[in-house]
Amino acid sequence: MWRYAIPLVVLAVIAAFFYRGLGLNPSYVPSALIGKPMPEFALPTLADQEARIGSRDIAGKVALLNVWGTWCIECRHEHAFLVRLAKSGMPIYGLNLRDERPAALGWLASLGNPYVASAFDPDGTVAVDWGVTAAPETFLIGRDGKILFKHISPLTQQVWQHDFVPLIKAQCGGSDPGCPQLAALGAQ
Amino acid sequence: MTRLVALTLAVLVATALRAADVEPAFDDPALNARYWGLIREIRCPLCMNESIADSGAPVAADLRREVHRLLAEGKSDDEIKEFMSSRYGDFVLYRPRVEPVTYALWASPFILLVVGALVFWRILRNRGKQPLGEDEAS
Repeated sequence: MWRYAIPLVVLAVIAAFFYRGLGLNPSYVPSALIGKPMPEFALPTLADQEARIGSRDIAGKVALLNVWGTWCIECRHEHAFLVRLAKSGMPIYGLNLRDERPAALGWLASLGNPYVASAFDPDGTVAVDWGVTAAPETFLIGRDGKILFKHISPLTQQVWQHDFVPLIKAQCGGSDPGCPQLAALGAQ
Repeated sequence: MTRLVALTLAVLVATALRAADVEPAFDDPALNARYWGLIREIRCPLCMNESIADSGAPVAADLRREVHRLLAEGKSDDEIKEFMSSRYGDFVLYRPRVEPVTYALWASPFILLVVGALVFWRILRNRGKQPLGEDEAS
């Protein structure tokens, strides 16, 4: 009798693996940096070759680091939402990747500038330290300077509400120092 | 036949030439070999099924540059792999490291071999029990 059970058991095991495996997104690569302190960096700002922007400026508050470039079409799609988010009180830092200054400054002048400041990384050196594969990517940084979350592909209202807001609320009491204003969490 | 050999050689040489002009590597042959070994074993985090040696993605070029820089700084192969996996996850290593999470992965071929051998042995044993005539009749 038990010999008839063996093929069934084998089938069940294979089916379980397929059920799990086919349900996974093959292009999803989890970030190795979640829960780790943000990688240190200091780069010239996009606006001014002499001025510096880096991890020290971001530390101490809940903030976003958004990776963008004028060559990145999806970045154009998410830009309007970033502008709204910044207006509602969320601090957003930019990491301008593999770009040219005049083009990037022109982009911000015509589409609006949501960034507190953008770091200028034409070679992608800092981007490699952050495990960036391509733009757009958005990191959520906690008050303790640790990376809480990374979103690959354009940031939208839905993603913001679903993935970012709960993480921010978990470590912010609303009026705590270093927390975004409540308006930012419900950004329209 | 000669033509076939010539064609094969031409293709091989062409491939080698293409690979050689991708990046300025090292003058030192030993370092060069390590460089090529590493970039063939590190997976491009953007394009999934290509090594950073094969991929044309900008991030692959950046990672090749980092491998080159780290080798020039005298880092070991393990240190370079650690550099990559601490930033891009174990995903980028085509050859998974032997650690608790990957024990099952590394053991699976041997487990399957043992299972196969058991099945084979059972079949042989059952055959041995059958009288010869019955087998020929069927």
